[in-house]
Amino acid sequence: MAIKEILKTSNLQKSFSGIIAAEDINISVKEGEIIGIIGANGAGKTVFVNMITGYLKPTSGTIEFNGSDITGIKPREATHIGVCRSFQVSQVFMSMTVKQNLMIAMSLAKKSGSQLLNPIDDENLSKECDKILKQYNIITQKDLIVSTLSQGMRKLLDIAMAVVGEPKILLLDEPTSGVSVEEKFGIMDIVISALKKSGTTVLFVEHDMEIVERYVDRVMAFYQGQIICDAPPKQALKDKKVIQYVLG
Amino acid sequence: MFKGILKEQTIQVGIGFVFIVVLLGTFILPEWMSNNFMYGLSRGLAVLGLMILWRTNLVSFGHALYYGFGAYAVAMAQKYLGVTDVFLRIIIAIAAAGLLGFVLGFILRRYREIFFAMLSLAFSMVLYGLLAKAEFLGSTDGMSISPSTMFGFELGRFGLFYFIGFVVILSLIFAHAYLRSSLGHLTTAIMDNEIRVEYLGYSVEKAIHIKYVISACLAGGAGGLMAAALGQVDPDSMVLWSVSGELVFVTIMAGLGNILAPFVGAIFFEFIRTYAYEFAPQAWQMIIGGTLLAIIFFLPGGLWSLFQKINPFKKEKK
Repeated sequence: MAIKEILKTSNLQKSFSGIIAAEDINISVKEGEIIGIIGANGAGKTVFVNMITGYLKPTSGTIEFNGSDITGIKPREATHIGVCRSFQVSQVFMSMTVKQNLMIAMSLAKKSGSQLLNPIDDENLSKECDKILKQYNIITQKDLIVSTLSQGMRKLLDIAMAVVGEPKILLLDEPTSGVSVEEKFGIMDIVISALKKSGTTVLFVEHDMEIVERYVDRVMAFYQGQIICDAPPKQALKDKKVIQYVLG
Repeated sequence: MFKGILKEQTIQVGIGFVFIVVLLGTFILPEWMSNNFMYGLSRGLAVLGLMILWRTNLVSFGHALYYGFGAYAVAMAQKYLGVTDVFLRIIIAIAAAGLLGFVLGFILRRYREIFFAMLSLAFSMVLYGLLAKAEFLGSTDGMSISPSTMFGFELGRFGLFYFIGFVVILSLIFAHAYLRSSLGHLTTAIMDNEIRVEYLGYSVEKAIHIKYVISACLAGGAGGLMAAALGQVDPDSMVLWSVSGELVFVTIMAGLGNILAPFVGAIFFEFIRTYAYEFAPQAWQMIIGGTLLAIIFFLPGGLWSLFQKINPFKKEKK
C-alpha cells in the first residue's frame, strides 16, 4: 500500500517589508516520516514552521494538509485538524504545576462545549495525565511549579502538551536547544519513541547534527529562505552545499 | 458543572459566612451596621466579577458601567413595566448587564493591560454622560426605587437582606464551579501564556469574552441589589468613574486569593468609609487612601492573605 502524502507546500513564500524570509518552498511529507530541518540562524526554518502551524500567514504559495488547503489557517484551527507544535522557547504555563499544565492541555484536547464547564480534576483525566507524565519521564516533577524546572524538563512538558491532542503531524522547533548535553539524547529518545509508537509524522528543527543523524529519515537543509537539499541524512550531511552553507 | 460542589470547603465556609453576616445584620447589630453588611454583600458581587477578570490580568477601570446598568435596569423595569418583584428585578439586572457585556465584549476581548482598563473606563463614562443628560431617567437626580416585593408581598428590609444573602450564596456556587472547571482554569493559563492556549486549540478571545460576560452579570446583579437596598439610583453613585475606582480599590484591598475575599473586603470597606466619614468628614478620603497604602505595603496579597496565614483553608485557591 502506498504511503499517503500528509503535507505538501507549493511555492511557499514569506517576506517581511520586502525582505524575503522564505522563498519557493516546495515539499512533500509522507505519513509517519521523521524529518530534520537544518540551517544556520536566519535561514528560514522557524518561519517555515510558523507558516505551517498558522503563526505566520504566507505571502504567497499554498500549504496542503491531507489534501486540504490550510494556507493562512489560525493556530487553534491547525491544532484542531491535527497540526501541532512545540516551541524553541518552551511555551508552558510558568506559574502552574507540571500536572496542571498537562491537565489543561488534556481537557482542551478531550473536551468540548459544555464539557469544559466540568471540574478539571476529573479522575479519569488525572489517571491518563499521570500515564503521559510517566511516559515523558516527568512524573516525579508533577507537583513542581514549572518556573522551577530545568530547560530540559520544560521542553519535555512543552512537547507532551502538544502531543496530548493526538496530532497527525508534529513540528518541534529546536527540541534540544538550551538543554544540557546529558539531557538531550534522553529527551529525544523519549519523544521519538513515543511519537513513533503513535505513528505521528514529525518535522523538527535542529542544530545538533548528532541528533539529526540519529533520529531522522530525511533532512531538509535551509539557506537564505530556500531548501538547498532534501535527502536522507547520510547523503544530506555530505552534500557540498550543506557543508558549505549549513555545517560550515 | 455543579457536581459535588456543596461538599467543597470554600462553599461550605462561604455559606457559613453569609449566614453569620445575615443573622448578625438582622437580629443583633444596629441598623447602620446592618446596612453596611447588606451593602457590603451587594457590592461584593461586583468585586467578585472584577476579581474573576483580574485573574486573567485584566483590570477594568469601568466596571461601574455594569453596576450602574443593572441598577438602572431595575429602575426602568419598575417605571415602564411596574416590576417590583425582587426575583424579577435581579434577573433583569443580571440579564441587562450580561447583554451589554456580551456586546461590548466583542470589542474589549481584543485589548489587554492599560488599553483594556481605559477602554472600560471610556464606556462607563459614555453611559454616565447619557444618564446624566437623560431627563426621562431623572438626569443627575436619578430615580427612586419602590420597596421590593416577593410573590406580591412587600419584602421589608430584613427580607431583602435574606434575599441578598441567597443571591450571594448562589453567586459563590456559580463562581466556584466556573473557576474549578477547565474553562475557569484557562483564567490563569491565559495570564501565563496566550500563545500556548491558542495552540492547545482554544480561542483566547472567546475565553476572555465568556469571562467578561460573567463578570458583567455579577456587577449587574450587584447594581440591581444595591438599587433595591438603597431605594434610589443616580449616575453619581452608580456609574461615575469614582464608583469603578472603589470597586478596584476593594479588589486590591480584598486580594485575589479566594472567592470569599471580595465580600470580606467589601464589608470592610463599608465600615472604613463609615468610620472615616464619621470621625474625619473633611479628610475621609485621606483615611481610605492611607488604608489602601497600608494594605499594599504590609499585606500585598490583600486582606485575604491575612486569613490565609491564620485559617485552615490556607492552600485552597478557588
